[in-house]
Amino acid sequence: MAEVIWGLATSHVPSIGAAMDRGKTEDPNWKDLFDGYAPARAWLAEHKPDVAIVVYNDHANGLDLDIVPTFGIGTADHYRVADEGYGPRQVPDVIGDPELSLHLLESLVDENFDLTVFQELEVDHGLTVPLSVWTPEPGDAWPCPVVPILVNVIQYPQPTAARCYALGQALGRAIRSYGDDVTVGVLGTGGMSHQLAGARAGFINPEFDKMWLEKIEKDPAALAGLSREELIREAGSEGIELIMWLIMRGAMADEVTKVHSHYFLPASNTAAGIALFDNRAPQPA
Amino acid sequence: MTAAALAVAPPSPTSKGSPMSTNETGGRLNVPGTPIFDGQTSRRGLRLNKMLMSFRSAENRERFAADEAAYCAEFQLAPEQTQAVLDRDWTAMIDLGGSIFYVYKLAMMDGRSMQYLGGVFTGMTEEEFLAELRAGGRRG
Ligand SMILES: [Fe+2]
Repeated sequence: MAEVIWGLATSHVPSIGAAMDRGKTEDPNWKDLFDGYAPARAWLAEHKPDVAIVVYNDHANGLDLDIVPTFGIGTADHYRVADEGYGPRQVPDVIGDPELSLHLLESLVDENFDLTVFQELEVDHGLTVPLSVWTPEPGDAWPCPVVPILVNVIQYPQPTAARCYALGQALGRAIRSYGDDVTVGVLGTGGMSHQLAGARAGFINPEFDKMWLEKIEKDPAALAGLSREELIREAGSEGIELIMWLIMRGAMADEVTKVHSHYFLPASNTAAGIALFDNRAPQPA
Repeated sequence: MTAAALAVAPPSPTSKGSPMSTNETGGRLNVPGTPIFDGQTSRRGLRLNKMLMSFRSAENRERFAADEAAYCAEFQLAPEQTQAVLDRDWTAMIDLGGSIFYVYKLAMMDGRSMQYLGGVFTGMTEEEFLAELRAGGRRG
């Protein structure tokens, strides 16, 4: 049976990738962010899973607005890195795991989560920046194959936080019912609070973010109770993408051990958070 | 992007009177100063967003630069959408249904940053906007 060994929540702001790609990680505007990643990266390097599931959203690169799937899953064996308008990031393409994808799909559909299937998909910063946060120097290949799970967070109505958390819980069951004895890392990406457009552009809410960082570990069900309106009001119109962290968290055990977390702002227009959880914590009897 | 694909686009966003602002179309949801990119907004902005999406290819970026108005016409933008693009009226593009992630593609072609756009949306210079972010962000 497959096992989730860790969960990583991280922002996926393009500028984090750009700072790495352009060698700016020691720049005073960035140093604290990357210093904050170091303990998580060191632990992750010691705990390499066989496969990773990355929960993310596309930003007008792999998908357009012709079709807006609320939830989707990639089933390809290879995902090219998208050209977002200035040439693709110079990072490895992503290798998929179609067998696991198709197992997850079937299990999730059986649990009434009707995901859209992506047989072809170009992945953008939403997926590659978290991989870079995890593995700054991938060389020729990322540490392991990846299954992308996509969430519509761009066009209202986004799925509810409760639905995301429930999907995560079903994802956890789907992983545990996989026949092969593989270890799995789950990444929930996006956030934290930010708003890009409108008179409230530049909105950041550190109090909300700190609350979120605390509760994602200890009381994710409370976060799942937040309404769409509360999320947009408190986290900003783009900060609502934090709901993707709940899919990651739902796939983990009730009790997890925090390995490391860090909060930084601003990364571009965004408050950036990282939280790494060990899923092998002893469970209450 | 084929003409056939464009032919099935929803009705023109041009409506009687002035176009509704994105701020006012959130239906049940109203967060001050916060455009909600909802279904009606996305319908209104579909052609504009399709055009902005096309800038993923270098060839299209060059064709746009060669004749911006003709390129807008090819994508059947509404007149006020075309005007907003030609004028680089970023606020109008959002009001006329542009998604910020799509509008940003045009900004990038112009060498503009997301902080520059933030300044435009809030009536600040890019430097002022950036200073507010570095001071902990703006509170709503
Ligand atoms: Fe995002």
